[in-house]
Amino acid sequence: MTTASDTDKDTAAHTATAELAVSARKVTRTFAGREVLSGIDLDIFRGEFVALLGRSGSGKSTLLRAMAGLDPETGGRLLVPRRRAVVFQDHRLQPWKRVLENVILGLPRQGARDRGRAALAEVGLTDHERAWPGTLSGGEAQRAALARALVREPELLLLDEPFGALDALTRLRMHALLRELCAVHRPAVLLVTHDVDEAILLADRVLVLTDGRIGPPRTVDLPEGRRRTDPDFARLRGDLLAELGVAEG
Amino acid sequence: MPDALAQAVAPSSLTGDGGAARPPGPGPGSALVDAVALNKPRRTLIPLPRPVRRLAGPLLLVLVWQLLGTFGVVGERVLAPPSAVFSAGWELTRTGELTDHLLASLTRVASGLALGVSAGLVIAVVAGLFRLGDELLDSTMQVLRALPVLGLLPLVIIWFGVGETPKIALVAFGTAFPVYVNTYSAIRGVDHRLVESGRTAGLGRLGLVRHVILPGAVPGFLVGLRFALTGAWLIMIIAEQLNATNGIGYLMNQAQSWYRTDIIVLGLLIYGLLGLGADALVRLLERRLLSWRHGFEGGA
Ligand SMILES: Nc1ncnc2c1ncn2[C@@H]1O[C@H](COP(=O)(O)OP(=O)(O)O)[C@@H](O)[C@H]1O
Ligand SMILES: [Mg+2]
Repeated sequence: MTTASDTDKDTAAHTATAELAVSARKVTRTFAGREVLSGIDLDIFRGEFVALLGRSGSGKSTLLRAMAGLDPETGGRLLVPRRRAVVFQDHRLQPWKRVLENVILGLPRQGARDRGRAALAEVGLTDHERAWPGTLSGGEAQRAALARALVREPELLLLDEPFGALDALTRLRMHALLRELCAVHRPAVLLVTHDVDEAILLADRVLVLTDGRIGPPRTVDLPEGRRRTDPDFARLRGDLLAELGVAEG
Repeated sequence: MPDALAQAVAPSSLTGDGGAARPPGPGPGSALVDAVALNKPRRTLIPLPRPVRRLAGPLLLVLVWQLLGTFGVVGERVLAPPSAVFSAGWELTRTGELTDHLLASLTRVASGLALGVSAGLVIAVVAGLFRLGDELLDSTMQVLRALPVLGLLPLVIIWFGVGETPKIALVAFGTAFPVYVNTYSAIRGVDHRLVESGRTAGLGRLGLVRHVILPGAVPGFLVGLRFALTGAWLIMIIAEQLNATNGIGYLMNQAQSWYRTDIIVLGLLIYGLLGLGADALVRLLERRLLSWRHGFEGGA
């Protein structure tokens, strides 16, 4: 059993002071007799950015939904903070609410609109606050979804392939935006993705989910302004791809 | 000299040799078409605004109908010409009779609709949102829905006599079901992903109902409302002709005894106009309530 705290033992001071944002012990989930998660052990620290890789159908979304509190059938022990937010692959904005109303949905009324406007400004959507979600481009809709998540000041931000449906150029801009926003708000982040490069570019730690279990954690120890051309980047990518069972082309 | 030069160049550029080099390809391509003009509406032969042209057909019909009457091809007892219908309308309006009958009909339809639509809506919401409500109500509604509304007429008359109540009850009964069926299935069909996203945004049960489920059911409700409006007039026409002392249906029924086809056609005309009005009303509602669908600026 490998957990995050094992790898952080060498940085004992960090472990001692760091609070946990997620603590998962022996988390299981079975769909119709088929075990999709078979004993997940995972700790995520506050402010830590964790990427979770895995093949399609490996159970990434299942684990994320469990953390979001959307799946009451999960087995094991799974502790998460009260303030959570989720961004899905599809924006899931309510089509009958204008962008600002979507962003502040579910917030206490007091001061909500101002906070919503601030969040929209952060993602560069000030001009679209009165737009209907149906009129937004894919990238704009995902930015609105990101604003809706951040306005809640989550302690845990759950991202389920949030850029999966975007074109490559928009995805790059979203990476930069997400990095900026996380540097400001410092939530714990679990980014589910199938894009190895995206995981290495953004995360402090990359995990791979295979056969219902999480493999050994890999800390991303690259200099600021990570570059794909960095040899360490390439090595890590090779390792991760191998773990995913893909030969690097 | 420069002029001569220009002229010397011009012809060759027209043939394409002097312009951009043609990429090697299989011979000359087909002629190009103007992409912008492709989707432009065709010009019509008659340079009149569209609404005017659309009116021309019905007007022609009225003209032919009038001529058939004027030249005695069709007798007044078979079908009164438009002029007779018009003067009957004028006469009945002058005496105030028409207004009374119209008001009577409108009041009935409005009361029946108000009752039926609210009942259908409330039952749909209860059945759509609560499991117990669903189990108790939906099967019941599906059974009752199979009853022909007008078949209930004798029973309703025994229960409520011959006053206003039986007519209002019939309209209410007939309009509750379309509203129920469409609203219920819309509530049931609300995208579960939107419900999940509302839940992760921190909405409770009430918040989900208010911000996700009910707005999502509005399109279905409006479809039901449209059916309800059409149904309400149909039921009213029959009910008033069988058993009433006023109302448009009664007026038409009276006219029948005297072979007054002008008044009968007038009644039909009024029903038609009221139907159009009801339709316009729903369309207005749709524009307001479903502006998010079309990306209108919502009339705000
Ligand atoms: N509600 C469900 N009912 C049955 N099977 C499900 C359900 N949700 C997910 N699964 C199954 O669980 C497995 C993991 O799904 P998922 O977590 O969505 O994978 P991914 O890693 O691609 O996000 C898949 O085989 C999927 O078919
Ligand atoms: Mg998934």
